[in-house]
Amino acid sequence: MSNTTNKFSYWSISSSAIALLLAIPLVIVVSNIFVPAGEVWQHLAETVLQDYITNSLLLMFGVAIGSLILGVGTAWLVSVTEFPGRKYFEWALLLPMAIPAYIIAYTYTGMLDFAGPVQTSLRELTGWGYGDYWFPEIRSLGGAALMLSLVLYPYIYLMARAAFLSQSLCVLEVSRSLGNGPWRTFFYVGLPLARPAIVAGLSLVLMETLADYGTVQYFGVSTFTTGIFRTWYGLDNAPAAAQLASILLVFVVVLVTLERISRRQSRYHDTGRRKQALQRLKLVGWGRISATLFCLLTLLFGFLLPAAQLVSWAIDTYETMIDQRFITLFFNTLELATFSALLALVLALLLNYARRLQPTYGVRFAVRAASMGYAIPGTVIAVGVVIPFGWFDNTLDSWMREQFNISTGLLLSGTIAALLFAYMVRFLAVSLHAIESGLERITPSMDEAARVMGERPMGILGRIHLPMLKGSLITALLLVFVDVLKELPATLILRPFNFNTLAVRAYELASDERLADTACAALAIVVAGLIPVILLSRSLSKTRRYSA
Amino acid sequence: MLRLGLVLSVIAGSCISLYATGAAASAEVNLYSARKEALIQPLLESFTSETGIKVNLVTGKADALLKRLKSEGANSPADVLLTTDAGRLHRAKAADVTQAFNSELINSVVPEAYRDSDNHWVGLSVRSRPILYVKGKVNPQDLSTYEDLADAKWKKRICIRSSSNIYNQSLIASMIVANGKAKTETWAKGLVANMARPPKGGDRDQIKAAAAGQCDIAIANTYYLAGMLNSKKDSEKNAAIKMGVFWPNQSGRGAHVNISGAALTRYSKNSANAIKLIEYLASEKSQQWYAETNGEYPVISSVAVGNTLKAWGKFKPDSLHLGQLGELNSDAVMLMDRAGWK
Repeated sequence: MSNTTNKFSYWSISSSAIALLLAIPLVIVVSNIFVPAGEVWQHLAETVLQDYITNSLLLMFGVAIGSLILGVGTAWLVSVTEFPGRKYFEWALLLPMAIPAYIIAYTYTGMLDFAGPVQTSLRELTGWGYGDYWFPEIRSLGGAALMLSLVLYPYIYLMARAAFLSQSLCVLEVSRSLGNGPWRTFFYVGLPLARPAIVAGLSLVLMETLADYGTVQYFGVSTFTTGIFRTWYGLDNAPAAAQLASILLVFVVVLVTLERISRRQSRYHDTGRRKQALQRLKLVGWGRISATLFCLLTLLFGFLLPAAQLVSWAIDTYETMIDQRFITLFFNTLELATFSALLALVLALLLNYARRLQPTYGVRFAVRAASMGYAIPGTVIAVGVVIPFGWFDNTLDSWMREQFNISTGLLLSGTIAALLFAYMVRFLAVSLHAIESGLERITPSMDEAARVMGERPMGILGRIHLPMLKGSLITALLLVFVDVLKELPATLILRPFNFNTLAVRAYELASDERLADTACAALAIVVAGLIPVILLSRSLSKTRRYSA
Repeated sequence: MLRLGLVLSVIAGSCISLYATGAAASAEVNLYSARKEALIQPLLESFTSETGIKVNLVTGKADALLKRLKSEGANSPADVLLTTDAGRLHRAKAADVTQAFNSELINSVVPEAYRDSDNHWVGLSVRSRPILYVKGKVNPQDLSTYEDLADAKWKKRICIRSSSNIYNQSLIASMIVANGKAKTETWAKGLVANMARPPKGGDRDQIKAAAAGQCDIAIANTYYLAGMLNSKKDSEKNAAIKMGVFWPNQSGRGAHVNISGAALTRYSKNSANAIKLIEYLASEKSQQWYAETNGEYPVISSVAVGNTLKAWGKFKPDSLHLGQLGELNSDAVMLMDRAGWK
């Protein structure tokens, strides 16, 4: 018995160490609370702070509603019902995830703005002028919520679908045999059972929303993120900016806590994993048409339309945009995203597993701390990385000089290592959540049974959990991969000399207001994101086959 | 277990391969640039082919690069910091990450207004922010100064972007220098009342909105207009053609300008090469390139501007010392916050 106790503390020490390391950037940001920021706070409170808070809350609310309707609705339809096109929608509904939010914002503005083709042809057709007619303003708070919902709903879709698919068939069948129709089964059985997964997806969506800068900045919506940059760049007051970022952290703590509470109330584990085929509910009549239409419209607005706009821009510009450098860029980005995804997977497994083996207060706190970075804008995290890395390098350098007269220079600053570290701080939450929601569905009695039979923790992980977790592992890999593909601000600040990614290229052209020129890089991000999305989708379908 | 080990070793191996991408040429210079890669790389390439000095480049936002420079301290590899506004050069100098350099060449060709008084930085291109109007809708004789834009006759007729944008911040800073804070704040409130729509989008968006009829006046930097005029896309070109350029305040202090510029970093390890690079960027050839490709105005007067710029005529630039824009930047932001300029 003492042997296992030692093993356990090994788990908890290593997980705490990882979490501590990853918490450094956030600690640095928060430590600014004690730096006096002068009169800036009074100024902020008197003028803009209220806007920041209201807009951030409204945006989160709007995105929550939008992405829940799209994500849960489509997930339920493709998981348990049968309608024309279901097989294609099953994977295609993930596609919007590959489009960075600010890119979809650019494409819709290009189409729907006052000066864009839609309104221009409307005016030409009717002879109306400015002010003669009403048209929804895309660049508004509502527009921003819509844009973010359209590209973020796949997080919920993914997790909800995985949950619906792995729900014990008996439960759904029992519900149906008791005379519950599809709606009742959905609301009284499917939805409550999938709640942990849906909430996990939603909290990722909301954290992404909080961290978004590109979309809200372009749409002129003042949120916390834009406020942070305005305070830092415009007012040249870094401490006040960091203090704003700390308030953002409070939002996150509330989010994470709510998620925990929602999970604590109900622990759902699969009881049986009968691989028997579920008779899909065949939709008929209007139900059939509206199911197809719902999925089609989601896909149309989330992917097809913006992608078509990108393609049409790319046709105009590809000659000047695609060269040898572009190819290098493409592979740089892929490489970086792959390593980050693998690294995040390993760390997330370790942390989650430590918590499962030893759910002490310390370990649970460590895991939570490691997932805080997701809602913090990349720039803020990057600053939190630059400072300690610079300090470490310079301290080591001067110590080595004193002791051995050797200069070590900058060992970590300005290297890929710094970049990878920042990605872990920012995105570990994604793989943590994905794996956690998978691990939670494996009943602990399985672990106990294995342990009784003499299996060690590593053995349980390797031979029992990993095979059962396959779907979640792939989800975790894919999500981090796609996130790193799209990541911009931290990459921008931390990357080494002569090292670019697709997102950096797209951003540079976009911020120079050459929207059409961004199309090639943006499309390349989408294409690179498609490959894992399709792989993921296949593996998810394999977890359970239906006789449809 | 075995698989986990495999994954770990793949990660380790790849990290090493990525690590090795760092460059180590003998003659080189390291550049932190707030100017986008596409707008600097061609010049850097011709510099390398002419001098044999390799240029390593990182681009990013000026304040973030500045933070990186500060944190890296004495070991920072950066030799030159390139920014796209004078305010950031001023900030870099105030943060003590730049040093004075003496280049007779630069002192002789770049006017004093575009250089730091202690020679820490030098301007490399001039960016102007005049008033653009829709031809046929606005009689240019009705236009006079920036100050006049707060007049009630422009109600609901002006498009301008957000106050988070550095170009607007610099414009307001220059007006604080000219008119003082109180007057400028009253003016800003008047301007906000005259806006045709809440600020959104970039400079090109203001031009497009004006061309499409949403407003009659747009305030934007000239190189955006130049970029649209020379665009391959017809929609951009057609919008830009509708706009006229009006140089305001010509009988007074002159039209607002800012600069892009370069500073030598305090701990530069290749300062000789760095100065060579800065001199190269100030050379006639590079200046010509800025004017032709980017539609910016050269800092040295001997260089002729391209046809697009020539068509807008000569103008008198505001002669204030550009370092002041940086000093007053946060005052400008607070002022715009109070005026309700989103």
